[in-house]
Amino acid sequence: MSDLTIRNLKKSFEDIHIIKGIDLDIKDHEFVVFVGPSGCGKSTLLRLIAGLEEVTSGSIQLDERDITDVAPAKRDLAMVFQSYALYPHMTVRKNMSFALDLAGIDKAEIQRKVEDAAKVLELGPLLERKPKALSGGQRQRVAIGRSIVRNPKIFLFDEPLSNLDAALRVLMRLELARLHKELNATMIYVTHDQVEAMTLADKVVVLNAGRVEQVGSPLELYHHPVNQFVAGFIGTPKMAFLKGTVKAVSNAGVTVALDCGPHYQLPHQSTSLKPGDDITFGIRPENIEVVAADQSPFKVRLDVTEHLGADTYCYIKLANGEMMTVRAPGDFMADYGQNAGLLPDLSQAHLFDASGKTIPRPRPPAQAA
Amino acid sequence: MSISSLPAEGTAHASTPPVTVHEERQRQSRLSLAMVSPSVAVLLVWMAVPLAMTIYFSLIRYNLLYPGDNDFVGLENFYFFLTDEGFTAGMTNTLLLVCSVLLISVVVGVLIAVLVDTSFWGRGIVRVLLISPFFIMPTVSALVWKNLLLHPVSGVFAAVWRFFGAEPIDWFATYPMEAIILIVSWQWVPFAVLLLMTAMQSLDQEQKDAARLDGAGPVAIFWHITLPHLARPIAVVVMIETIFLLSIFAEIFTTTGGGPGYETTNLAYLIYSQALLQFDVGLASAGGLVAVLLANIAAFILIRMIGKNLTDKG
Repeated sequence: MSDLTIRNLKKSFEDIHIIKGIDLDIKDHEFVVFVGPSGCGKSTLLRLIAGLEEVTSGSIQLDERDITDVAPAKRDLAMVFQSYALYPHMTVRKNMSFALDLAGIDKAEIQRKVEDAAKVLELGPLLERKPKALSGGQRQRVAIGRSIVRNPKIFLFDEPLSNLDAALRVLMRLELARLHKELNATMIYVTHDQVEAMTLADKVVVLNAGRVEQVGSPLELYHHPVNQFVAGFIGTPKMAFLKGTVKAVSNAGVTVALDCGPHYQLPHQSTSLKPGDDITFGIRPENIEVVAADQSPFKVRLDVTEHLGADTYCYIKLANGEMMTVRAPGDFMADYGQNAGLLPDLSQAHLFDASGKTIPRPRPPAQAA
Repeated sequence: MSISSLPAEGTAHASTPPVTVHEERQRQSRLSLAMVSPSVAVLLVWMAVPLAMTIYFSLIRYNLLYPGDNDFVGLENFYFFLTDEGFTAGMTNTLLLVCSVLLISVVVGVLIAVLVDTSFWGRGIVRVLLISPFFIMPTVSALVWKNLLLHPVSGVFAAVWRFFGAEPIDWFATYPMEAIILIVSWQWVPFAVLLLMTAMQSLDQEQKDAARLDGAGPVAIFWHITLPHLARPIAVVVMIETIFLLSIFAEIFTTTGGGPGYETTNLAYLIYSQALLQFDVGLASAGGLVAVLLANIAAFILIRMIGKNLTDKG
């Protein structure tokens, strides 16, 4: 078992509050990803869990045991660092066995554990090498091997792929996902890369300025962000946010007038909105269609288009100067400065009130996550 | 790698481009030879002429008290130098001085470097103070130690001794070698601290974090992480300090004058006393050559032991 429970956790460095009260439950075997912009406190949160930083207030429990003030080595956790932090003067074998050597475990037992971990990570032929004779991906695997031999309750990863090149990153990402299934382990993973978060996680924790914005499965976050920050952070290209005002609220939904022109009737249900309120209309680039100028009331001018092969990103300038992005099919052709119309898929639209909170939209029965 | 396409104005022959790669290479090597030859020539004159003169002096009878009596005496000067009672003492004292100061500066240097690596109030000033003894002239620091610190009547140490009711020690009479080692260490520990302190800053914090997670306490981190990290700068300290410690002279000259007896005479001081106290240039030259030989042996051993470690890229 390895259930981690965090209650009202706070961390300040002198007068600067980094973590401002976090509550979080992590269940056995889960792959949890902390994601957020840089400086949001995600790495600090991980270091607090690892015990490398002292907690200012609050508690951390692992399986009913309070580990808030327990020494890092006694927490049954292992961590993989961004720089790998391999011991440069030790061989791969010694790097992996270091923790066990310090714990005074029987030599034959250590040998067996190291060999087992090396087999899982295909490190066998490299065991007698020094870290400097390894490639980035190999070092990464040694760093993971060093955690595996300790057989921890929870694996902690601090941006482990950010030092690798793009191709290797995809490879290691797959390997991590495979490892999670094979070891059936609980993992906490910190990244600023939302692709890693979306692909790896069972549960994504979006952090911003020391607080948890939302916790949920990747698709839950994608389809039902609780606020404008999460909506903007998850998904590339970013969701377009268009300013507008509420025209009417009824049982059928909300009618909004966008500053850039069109009026839309949306199926969102709200009791707090009233006509005249400021509102933000959010639409993902993949939920808009570009049509000829005379086929839509939403008139725009096309800016630059980027052809990626499978998709085309159209950057679009709106009548009131706002910019947005549309993901069009790969063979979409357009000229710079051309007039066009937009057809948003209103069932996929999001609405945020003046404080940035989401106005809930009706969930189709099949998609209830 | 062809420079022939560049208009090289300095080389007048460049107007006729070389035909083959071989010719081009020959031309380049001639050019580079011409470029380095002035400095090589100066160096050669600078080093070879004094060496040749020393070798010549060491083979003749050349005492300033008996001018004109400069017969060729073969290796007699060497025989006299090596059998002089001062020679064994000088060798032992040189070795003792070099080894003890090395040991003290490495051990104390590592400890201080590790201590000042933790942050505390006023660290910047402490660091400057720690390094400052290195910038004081050897003669000055030796005089300060002799007259203000170790002096049996007016010294600080004597005052401390008296405060506790003990008999002050006349350091340079009772423990002359220990006193010299103390002074030289005081000068050279800062050098070790300087090098090791900067090396500490390049120690990866994440390595320490990883070690903490692996269950290493402060002592284990010091042994398994910090010390191996410092191996290379320690090698540099040993190498550079050895070179300078072999020729310690000012500290001995200003404090003990090599005495009492031969107790603080090292090779450098012995050669000085032969040449300028006994005016025997021939004997001093022979001693100088012996010292050169010894320094080369030391350098050879050091480079074999440490140089390999240094060039081994990490």
